Amino acid sequence: MLYKKKLPMFLFLLPGLVLMVLFLYLPFGENIIDSLYELQFLVKIPGQELHFIGMANYQKLLADEHFRTALFNTIKLMAFTVIFQLGIALLLAIFVSSLKRGHNFFRTVYFFPIVISSTAIGLLFKLFYNFNGGMLNQLLEMLGHEPVNWLSPELAFTMISIPVIWSYVGFYFVIFLTGINEVPQELYDASKVDGCLGWQQVYYIILPLMKNVIGTCLVLAVTGALKVFDLPWAIAPKGAPQGKTHFLGTFLYEQTFTIGNVDYGSAIAFVIVLIGVLAAQTINRIFTRLSKEEDSL
Amino acid sequence: MAVNNRRKRLSPGGMVIRTILSLWAVTTIFPFLWVVNNSFKPSEEVINTSFALPKELTLSNYTNAFKKQNLLKAYKNSLIISGTVMIVCMLFGAMVAFGMTRYCFRGKAVIHSLLFAGLMFPVYATIIPVFRNMAGLGLLNHPISVILPQAAGNLSFAAVVLMGFLKGLPLTFEESAYLEGAGAVRIFTAIILPLLRPSIATVAVFSFLWSYNDLLTQLIMIRKHSSLPVSALLLDISSKYGTDFGLMASCVTLIIIPVLIIYFILQKYIIKGLTAGAVKG
Repeated sequence: MLYKKKLPMFLFLLPGLVLMVLFLYLPFGENIIDSLYELQFLVKIPGQELHFIGMANYQKLLADEHFRTALFNTIKLMAFTVIFQLGIALLLAIFVSSLKRGHNFFRTVYFFPIVISSTAIGLLFKLFYNFNGGMLNQLLEMLGHEPVNWLSPELAFTMISIPVIWSYVGFYFVIFLTGINEVPQELYDASKVDGCLGWQQVYYIILPLMKNVIGTCLVLAVTGALKVFDLPWAIAPKGAPQGKTHFLGTFLYEQTFTIGNVDYGSAIAFVIVLIGVLAAQTINRIFTRLSKEEDSL
Repeated sequence: MAVNNRRKRLSPGGMVIRTILSLWAVTTIFPFLWVVNNSFKPSEEVINTSFALPKELTLSNYTNAFKKQNLLKAYKNSLIISGTVMIVCMLFGAMVAFGMTRYCFRGKAVIHSLLFAGLMFPVYATIIPVFRNMAGLGLLNHPISVILPQAAGNLSFAAVVLMGFLKGLPLTFEESAYLEGAGAVRIFTAIILPLLRPSIATVAVFSFLWSYNDLLTQLIMIRKHSSLPVSALLLDISSKYGTDFGLMASCVTLIIIPVLIIYFILQKYIIKGLTAGAVKG
């Protein structure tokens, strides 16, 4: 019958899978092995003997103050992303869904920063934050205030997080809005009869029905925050000032490509993936438990 | 206040909602208008009066950007890299999705979870070994060194989106084609690909954009100045001439323009395809 022959199947699957094995799965395995050896060069030098150091890099991570800063910043960013990025997106989606018209307009406008490269957004915010004649300081000047050093050690983390969070609000907004619009109209009508209006509808109808969508978005947002690199690197490369704005991604890049600690960089990469998998698993577990509890009610 | 409020004619709540929504719209549009506006001014004017319209329209930032760097070459490099990544993702993605949804075989579940795991891998976790292999093959600075890892990285997304679409497609067309004597390859090219067009458009747009915007792979693989794609080159300009605000503004504008054109032509596919995958998935 149709689709019984196996030969065409291989033909269809092979090219894509080979590409992914060669450039995704194998390198990932190789990367884990790298982290167990002493490596100072990106490229293997002929005749060079590799020195096995086991878990030394991972022990070094635990003691490294800069790594701790980067890890702490990344975790802080993950929390901010969940609270602000998803929070604002959900709020905006609820607001827009209450309008009869203009859904398309808001979708187009809010989604817009996502297609712009983070490099461009980073450079743009660099112009905003500049001490001499940056946009923000011009505003302050107009209002008769002293200029502020926006990228000072105290402010830098916040000022870098703002564009990171702002730029992806539209992504989750679009997903949430679609989810809300898919809630059947009868539910609203029925709830209205029961005297459930406004925010009560949000709490009793929208949020429970969107549980899966929210779960997916949480995973995306948390793993997204974990991968951040371009934007901080464009605004404040090398964790400037004083390594205070390092995230795991920028720290890894600096260690590997400007300092040459390739093995150490590989260990960081593995830790990033590990945190990502753990976070995603935890979120998934919480949300499956939530829906199970609901089923048993 | 929330959903489907039918009696909202300028109720105070409705006004507040509209104001908030408009304010957010301002935050997404204004920065880009600001930067385009300032790209037509000399630097001193950007520093002093960045909110005003240019006193006189000057193109010097643009001529400067093009003179200092070979931007046309960079656009060409980007087009070669991202265009190829896009085509590979469209074609291989469709093929994998077709194989995965139409055939039954042992190990299918494993491949299925591998495809989904591929969505989770950050570039960092694979880029160092890939760099070493590319260097070993002498392919650094060659577009292929960026194309292959980017295509592999985006292929999971492509396959997952297209699988979602193919799963919902009834088999009737394919069965009748089979009865007419068409083989699997012919069914794929003559029936599946045309039916998949809207989803393939989504895949095309996203794989192009992600490749064009992905700075890390570009920075790592390409060290030769004349081979740099747009994003990497403009970052380079900004690190060298970061105090020339006018030039910076024109650089940002130049990175954004191709993307904006794509966005406004294809936004229907961008948003629809994305939500189809995410909400159901």
